Amino acid sequence: MAYLDNAATTPMYPEAVAAMAGLLADPGNPSSLHASGRKARRVVEESREKVARALGARPAEIVFTAGGTEANNIAIKGIAWDQRGNDAKRNRILVSSVEHHAVVDPVEWLQQSDGFTVTWIEVDAQGIVTPQALRDAIGANPDDVALVSVMMANNEVGSVNNIASLTAVTREFGIRFHTDAVQAPSWLAVNFAELGVCAMTVSAHKVGGPHGVGALVISRDCSVTPLIHGGGQERDVRSGTLDTPAIVGFATGLELAVAQRDETVTRVKTLRDDLVSRVMALVPDAIFNGAIENRLVNNAHFSFPGCLGDSLLMLLDAKGVECSVGSACNAGVAQPSHVLIAMGADPELARCTLRFSLGHSSTKNDVDELLAALPEAIERAKRAGVPKPALEVGVR
Amino acid sequence: MKVLAALSGGVDSAVAAARAVDAGHDVTAVHLALSRNPQSHRTGARGCCTIEDSNDAFRAADMLGAPFYVWDLSAEFQEKVIDDFISEYAAGRTPNPCLRCNESIKFEALLDRAMALGFDAVCTGHYAQVFQGPHGTELHRAIDHDKDQSYVLGVLTSEQISHSMFPLGNSTKTEVRTEAEARGILVAQKPDSHDICFIPDGDTAGWLARQIETSPGDVIDAVTGNKVGTHKGAQSFTVGQRRGLALGNPTGDGERRYVVDVDVSQNIVMIGPPTLLEIDIIEAIKPRWGGPLPVNGQAVHVQIRAHGDALPATVHVDDELVTITLAESLRGVAAGQAAVLYDGTRVIGSATISRSRRSAAV
Repeated sequence: MAYLDNAATTPMYPEAVAAMAGLLADPGNPSSLHASGRKARRVVEESREKVARALGARPAEIVFTAGGTEANNIAIKGIAWDQRGNDAKRNRILVSSVEHHAVVDPVEWLQQSDGFTVTWIEVDAQGIVTPQALRDAIGANPDDVALVSVMMANNEVGSVNNIASLTAVTREFGIRFHTDAVQAPSWLAVNFAELGVCAMTVSAHKVGGPHGVGALVISRDCSVTPLIHGGGQERDVRSGTLDTPAIVGFATGLELAVAQRDETVTRVKTLRDDLVSRVMALVPDAIFNGAIENRLVNNAHFSFPGCLGDSLLMLLDAKGVECSVGSACNAGVAQPSHVLIAMGADPELARCTLRFSLGHSSTKNDVDELLAALPEAIERAKRAGVPKPALEVGVR
Repeated sequence: MKVLAALSGGVDSAVAAARAVDAGHDVTAVHLALSRNPQSHRTGARGCCTIEDSNDAFRAADMLGAPFYVWDLSAEFQEKVIDDFISEYAAGRTPNPCLRCNESIKFEALLDRAMALGFDAVCTGHYAQVFQGPHGTELHRAIDHDKDQSYVLGVLTSEQISHSMFPLGNSTKTEVRTEAEARGILVAQKPDSHDICFIPDGDTAGWLARQIETSPGDVIDAVTGNKVGTHKGAQSFTVGQRRGLALGNPTGDGERRYVVDVDVSQNIVMIGPPTLLEIDIIEAIKPRWGGPLPVNGQAVHVQIRAHGDALPATVHVDDELVTITLAESLRGVAAGQAAVLYDGTRVIGSATISRSRRSAAV
């Protein structure tokens, strides 16, 4: 079997599994005042310190959540509401046109249900937001902007934005900036303090930790209107009993991913480059999508003209090769990629995509298995053809 | 064989796929996403087209140990079934969307794609039988007469039939439900789907009224030629229909009157006594043959509605025109419906009714 879908989720480090497993039977609620509670609390706080250290943040800036989607919702709704609450004319959200649905959907909800206006920031052909594109989106009226949200690394094509160059622009105008960094920490040096953002989203299961836990890193001077009200456990920003074992698994995975990052990046980049050159040699009309330089080293994203991504995925799956069409699914139906469309791709080619994403556990054998299965898959998928698109592709 | 099982999320397709697995086939399951904006949950008795149905299909595949995928055929469904349904009604005909779906979606788009991707056959939960007979691979009625769906499969060509598996054709619905329970299939008691899947509230006339621009026109008495009322739009009427004419109590003789003709181009609905509905010759076009063509003059049975009776007739085929002469006259045959020809239980073929008339004998 070849698992080439690490951008969706990556295997947990055995150390993270062991750290979690050791705590699953412990009774302590970290909010309790007795010895068991204090023990759990200590584990949570040690984990918070590890997470902060791995991300160049202060422990007090880490708000644990139930994952990246929740963290993005808190950041986008919480900051937008806070900003508009302080100044009613701050009613506009600027967001890149290639964000994950966990950012796009809260923004569109605010637009449709809560009176905000949205400006979609254009990306270049590689899926990258330039400082000039951000400046153009801010336009003549920076005072009405409540929030800018631009992802650090794109989940589909792996393009990496230079966030510090973008916060240099928003700082001129005193505009809040959030970045979704869910895909980043295993592959890029992430230093919250140096990025100059107000808030940053991370997720455990993308870095070798468990599902169902993540964090929003929020600078101390960034106030946020809470979404979930209750015990106020996390800085009054997020309520709910903390999941101590999951948080330990998260901290353990993240710490390992960061400690091994240089070695993993070198090794995985070699595998990825080998994968890309062999796929291009095998399928000469394939199109390699996204950036060459500013790109996650684990990401390879192709369009295979004449081959529906869905068909290829099924044929490769039958051979034990697991990958993704790259774009979001709605009830199992892959949607045409808004990312590729925003990058200027032909809408038909945006349905002929496959994403191969490597991870810390990937080996040359995974790449070999893919290359062994690919020729027959391409040939059959081409025979099955590409039906016309089901949905009007949303070009913003 | 490598078999692609289409799972709707209902009982029948789940048991059909389970039987294919039991027969030793290498089964992969797909659910067809046919709606562009699926509702999240079922309402009423319709067993398809919601996300809940897709999830039910996923769970059925899990139980069979079959890989499961969702194939998006909503564009084809919109064009070949929904748009066709609307344009047929707009032209004053009465189409059968289930038959069109089998023809264009399940046994064309799905089967073609399955074959290209390396499958040998498509398996569905239709109640019909396929077996080898003197005419090659033959399509026959199911043994459960009430559930028999050979009528809506009449459009299959012999090539399509030879790549189709209908494992439920030799069982009754009751047996299938019992088997689903025994297999632990969670949807064993899910209600059967009825009516038209893309009209979730079942109000076909209301739905059509929103799709087709209609204007009021005259209701004409076919016997006298006099105007006897007005209607809201000729497209909403079907030959043989009696309800919805809203003529009050217009006749002195007290005889019930029916729609005997619909002329969409002039927006006229003709009404008349039931005797005017009597026809004995049906002309049908666009034939599709599930085996060898019938010999001219051959005695056959013809079925013109999904749950109608099989009527004795003789058939004459002239290239694309099929002329069916009924042994006994019949009332109310609407253009657009399919006429499916049977030789005993075997499906000979299907054609779309273009017009019907009376021979001098009637």
